[in-house]
Amino acid sequence: MTDILMPALSPTMEEGTLAKWFVKAGDAVRSGDVIAEIETDKATMEVEAVDEGVIEAILVPEGTEEVKVNTPIARLGASAGAGAEAPPPAPPITPPAPPPAAPSVTPPAAATAPEPSHDAPPHPAGTVSGRRSTVRDALRDAMAEEMRRDETVFLMGEEVGQYQGAYKVSRGLLEEFGPRRVIDTPITEHGFAGLGVGAAMAGLRPIVEFMTFNFAMQAIDHIINSAAKTLYMSGGQITCPIVFRGPNGAAARVAAQHSQDYSSWYAHVPGLKVVAPYDAADAKGLLKAAIRDPNPVVFLEHEMLYGQEFDVPDDPDWTVPIGQALVRRPGRDVTLTAHSRMVGLALEAAEVLSKQGIEAEVVDLRTLRPLDHATVLESVKRTNRIVSVEEGWAPMGVGAEIIARVVAEAFDWLDAPPLRVAQADTPLPYAANLEALALPSVERIVEAALKVCYR
Amino acid sequence: MARPATERKTRKPAAQKSAAKGAELGATREELLAWYREMLLIRRFEERAGQLYGMGLIGGFCHLYIGQEAIAVGIQAVRRPGDQVITGYRDHGHMLVCGMDPREVMAELTGRAGGSSRGKGGSMHMFSTEADFYGGHGIVGAQVSLGTGLALANSYRGNGNVAFAFFGDGAANQGQVYESFNMAELWSLPVVYVIENNQYAMGTSIERSSSETHLYRRGASFRIPGEEVDGMDVVAVRDAAARAAEHARSGQGPYILEMKTYRYRGHSMSDPAKYRTREEVEEVRRNRDPIDHVQELLTEKGWADEAALKAIDVEVRAIVADAAEFARISPEPDPAELFTDIYVEAGR
Repeated sequence: MTDILMPALSPTMEEGTLAKWFVKAGDAVRSGDVIAEIETDKATMEVEAVDEGVIEAILVPEGTEEVKVNTPIARLGASAGAGAEAPPPAPPITPPAPPPAAPSVTPPAAATAPEPSHDAPPHPAGTVSGRRSTVRDALRDAMAEEMRRDETVFLMGEEVGQYQGAYKVSRGLLEEFGPRRVIDTPITEHGFAGLGVGAAMAGLRPIVEFMTFNFAMQAIDHIINSAAKTLYMSGGQITCPIVFRGPNGAAARVAAQHSQDYSSWYAHVPGLKVVAPYDAADAKGLLKAAIRDPNPVVFLEHEMLYGQEFDVPDDPDWTVPIGQALVRRPGRDVTLTAHSRMVGLALEAAEVLSKQGIEAEVVDLRTLRPLDHATVLESVKRTNRIVSVEEGWAPMGVGAEIIARVVAEAFDWLDAPPLRVAQADTPLPYAANLEALALPSVERIVEAALKVCYR
Repeated sequence: MARPATERKTRKPAAQKSAAKGAELGATREELLAWYREMLLIRRFEERAGQLYGMGLIGGFCHLYIGQEAIAVGIQAVRRPGDQVITGYRDHGHMLVCGMDPREVMAELTGRAGGSSRGKGGSMHMFSTEADFYGGHGIVGAQVSLGTGLALANSYRGNGNVAFAFFGDGAANQGQVYESFNMAELWSLPVVYVIENNQYAMGTSIERSSSETHLYRRGASFRIPGEEVDGMDVVAVRDAAARAAEHARSGQGPYILEMKTYRYRGHSMSDPAKYRTREEVEEVRRNRDPIDHVQELLTEKGWADEAALKAIDVEVRAIVADAAEFARISPEPDPAELFTDIYVEAGR
């Protein structure tokens, strides 16, 4: 007897819906037969039998949602022709389910992000809660609303149209706006980034999607030399209202070339604005602000957040101003600064610290350039301690900048040397244990916070 | 003039020889005189820029257009209002033919407040939105993607405009050129690629850098038609440009023009040009000079006598002298300019 297990469609998938069974108990199956269909919010995939045999029982009925990866979904018995004394089949193994349609460069998308979700975080006054939305859908809604509002806004990138987005962020946009405004490009980052910048110089408002920011290194010359500098070099004549967006940072188990945080790279460059939201409301409000901004904006998303749900205001004119940090959790004992996915870890660390009598204030930076130093300084002047958290490497990083400013402008308020929590100073390893060791964790944030509190 | 469409439908790159002397000229007296004046303006302007560089008034990199004048002038002749031009760092000549004030151009070279970018761009980075001139780009090949993006905007708007993207034989080996070729043809974008093949990428001759030295063929694998043009003959340039622009404007996609040309000076002011012989340069100057060529045509046709040509020269010299003086006395930018033009205020 063999258990057939719920397969993972991608390295970041944790659960999915068992949409359909194509077999029933008593059916004989052979290796390669399609036996079921499973779905995530991103993709639909057929499950093939790996072993030969007879379906003895369906363990999870079709239509069941939130089936965890590796849950037994059916039981397979020995082939009908096999004798009773036939040796037992091999021990259960996870049926491999590589996503066949995805291009080889695509790290398959998260179905559900692995880290625990948090209670809806606070939002600026006046932003009434609307409905629940994933970060993925919030980003899509932001683009759709801005495209409805402004005819010059269009989306271009790899797989944004017919494929519906490599991470399904652009789902439905081609149907609504057509191929003139949702442009599938060849795999040619340097070239299409340049085309986007040229079109922006001519007065259009392109949204250039990079399948991930790892591939934007091919295009970084146009982001920096063409988009960021031309306004200055032209004495204010040539503007470049463009958004470069896509997932940034480490997904899960995709190793060094596909797991890099470019926050400090782009935040280093005058002429660019750099945004890195955490929750769905900010993702939507900041993306809308970025599209409306007359400057080039690098908009750093995070694959591990795409599937997370948060409250999002319904107002289609609701935006979040670029350049404003947000205190997501007030606290008196230590300031934790973070952006993007690290905000979730910082909030979780704050809960752990609270149980030990330390109230951490979590500042979500939201925008990295221009950085809201005022909010950070104000917080540090209250807590007198700071730990910066970022997913990228510490040397020359976001934390280095924040702490330099804190030391220069709030030195007398500090009660302890500031600390940084960041990725280990190595390329990101593939092995699960090494990867976990390299990335910032709740434990490391707690440890650093305790240290600056001399505990 | 545009040749019959049937001849161009072949999509085979076909070398286009310049109009033989004595044959039907295809240019009027007024056109020839105007082109002569523009080419002479570029030549005298660049000579003066070279002089100012020598005097330390112009700093940094300074790439002169001397010898290549017929190309910018011949292309300009077919531009319609709204057609964009974009090029690399050898941009002074393009700016002048776009109609920019020579004073502003020269003052940008000297880094003064009166410059087209208020002194913040310099020789390699000049722009004029008024003239639809999109620079002036310092990264070799970048203007090809950007220019294709200008064409994408034209296509998006359906405005009937064409973008002219100029680049050299050196840039022709950059990868993004081919990424752009692919998308331009795939999406039938209205762009004319003008390769100014002056035969040297800085110090590297085309034979030493290029496996296919006939650059008009470089679009073949993308199904982009191309032709070779005598870039020293302004009439040939204008005729080829008209064919290319018509092709792009009519929705047939991009077109490549390889302009065979030559620069008389070094790659930049700091280049002693040891990689070629004095005789080679002299040969071109004596026998293929683009300005001499127009002068001969004007004289042969009896369209201008020596006095008329002299009058043009005097006028041009006066314009250049005035520009140089303006560029000398224009103040340096205000220190506050250091922090302006980094971001556009919202609402613009």
